[in-house]
Amino acid sequence: MAEFKLPANSTIQRGKTFKAEAGAKKVKSFKIYRWDPDTGDNPRNDTYELDLEKCGPMVLDALIKIKNEVDTTLTFRRSCREGICGSCAMNIDGLNTLACLKPIEDVSGDVKISPLPHLPVVKDLVPDLTQLYAQLRSVEPWLQTETAAPPDEERRQSKDERAKLDGLWECILCFCCSTSCPSYWWNGDRYLGPAILLQAYRWIADSRDEATGKRLDDLEDPFRLYRCHTIMNCTRTCPKGLNPAEAIGKIKTMMVERQG
Amino acid sequence: MAQNPAVNTLRSPLGRVRGLGSARGGTHHWFMQRVTSVALLPLTIWFAASAVFTLAGASYEVAAQWVAQPWNAVLLLALVLATFHHVAAGLQVVIEDYAKTEAGKLVGILLVKAMCWLLALASVLAVLRVAI
Repeated sequence: MAEFKLPANSTIQRGKTFKAEAGAKKVKSFKIYRWDPDTGDNPRNDTYELDLEKCGPMVLDALIKIKNEVDTTLTFRRSCREGICGSCAMNIDGLNTLACLKPIEDVSGDVKISPLPHLPVVKDLVPDLTQLYAQLRSVEPWLQTETAAPPDEERRQSKDERAKLDGLWECILCFCCSTSCPSYWWNGDRYLGPAILLQAYRWIADSRDEATGKRLDDLEDPFRLYRCHTIMNCTRTCPKGLNPAEAIGKIKTMMVERQG
Repeated sequence: MAQNPAVNTLRSPLGRVRGLGSARGGTHHWFMQRVTSVALLPLTIWFAASAVFTLAGASYEVAAQWVAQPWNAVLLLALVLATFHHVAAGLQVVIEDYAKTEAGKLVGILLVKAMCWLLALASVLAVLRVAI
C-alpha cells in the first residue's frame, strides 16, 4: 500500500560532522544515514570528511575506514568486499548498489549513503530483510523432481538447456532490485518483487526441474506476479548487471503460452 | 509492508507471505490489456486522422454519412470497445496499487467498471443510431 510521507518519528534530522584531520589533501564528505533503535531519537545524517589519499578506492573502504578510525558506532553489513556476498547493498548517491563495487570517484560531490529503501531499519545502514527471505522461501528455490537421479551420475542438461540459466544463477540476493521497485514499495506485502521473481524463474527455466507447472500456478496471481509494471528500475540498479525485468517478462510469456 | 512493526501479528513471515495463496489468475487481465493497447494503436491513429481530415469543420450530414459507412461504423465500435476495456483494466490496476483498504479497493474498481460499461454502451448506442 502506497505511503508517500514519512511518519513523524522517521523524519531525518541534521547530524554531527566529523572534520577531516588537519593536513588532509583530498577531502571528500560522506553523508551517512544514522538511526539507533536504543535512543528513540529520529534518524539523522552524519557527515564524515575523509582524506581520499589515505583511503581505499571503493565506498566500502571508506565505510570501514570510518568505523575503524573515526566513529566505531557506525553500523553496516559487509563480508566479502568483492561483490559476491551481497551484504553491503545500500543506497549510494541515489542508486541501490554494493558499496564494495562502487568507486568513490564515480560520485561527484558528497557521497550520500542510506539503507536500502522502504525496508524497516534495524540500525544505521542495516535493513530488516525478513520479508524478502520469507518470500524467497515461498517460491521453493530448490530442484524439485519425481524422477530419481540416474545412479552414480548427475542429472544431465544439454549445453543449450544450461545456457538458459545464464543471467539467472549469478544473482547474489543483495535485494538492490526489489528495494528499487516502486511497485514493491507500495505492495511488498503481496508482490514478490524482481529479486524473488528472478529466483523463481531460475527454477522455472531449469530443464532438470519437474515442477514447472506448479511453480507457474503459485505465481499466477494479480499481486505476486502482475504488480510488475515494467518500470525497469530493477534492471537499471542491479550491481551484477542482471535483468530481472526480462525474467519477469519470460514468466508472463509462459503464463500466456500455457493458456492455449 | 507486512513486516512493519506496527502490524500486530505473531504469524511467521512465511505464513504471512503465503497468505491466502495464489489467486490462479491475472493472466487474462494482463494479456487483454496488452491486446487492447496494440489494437488501439492503429484504431486511434485512424480515428484521429479521420477527425482531422474528414470530420473537422464538416456539416452534421457529412459527419453522419461518414459514421454510417459500414467500415467506419465497425471500426468506431471496435475503437469504443477497446478503449473502454483498456481504460477499465488500466484504472483497476492503479486502484489495486494505491487503495488503502480492501473495501476502498472493491468500491473503486466497481465504480470504474460501472462507468466504463455505461459509457461504452452509450457510445455503442450512439454509433448504431447514426449508422443504422
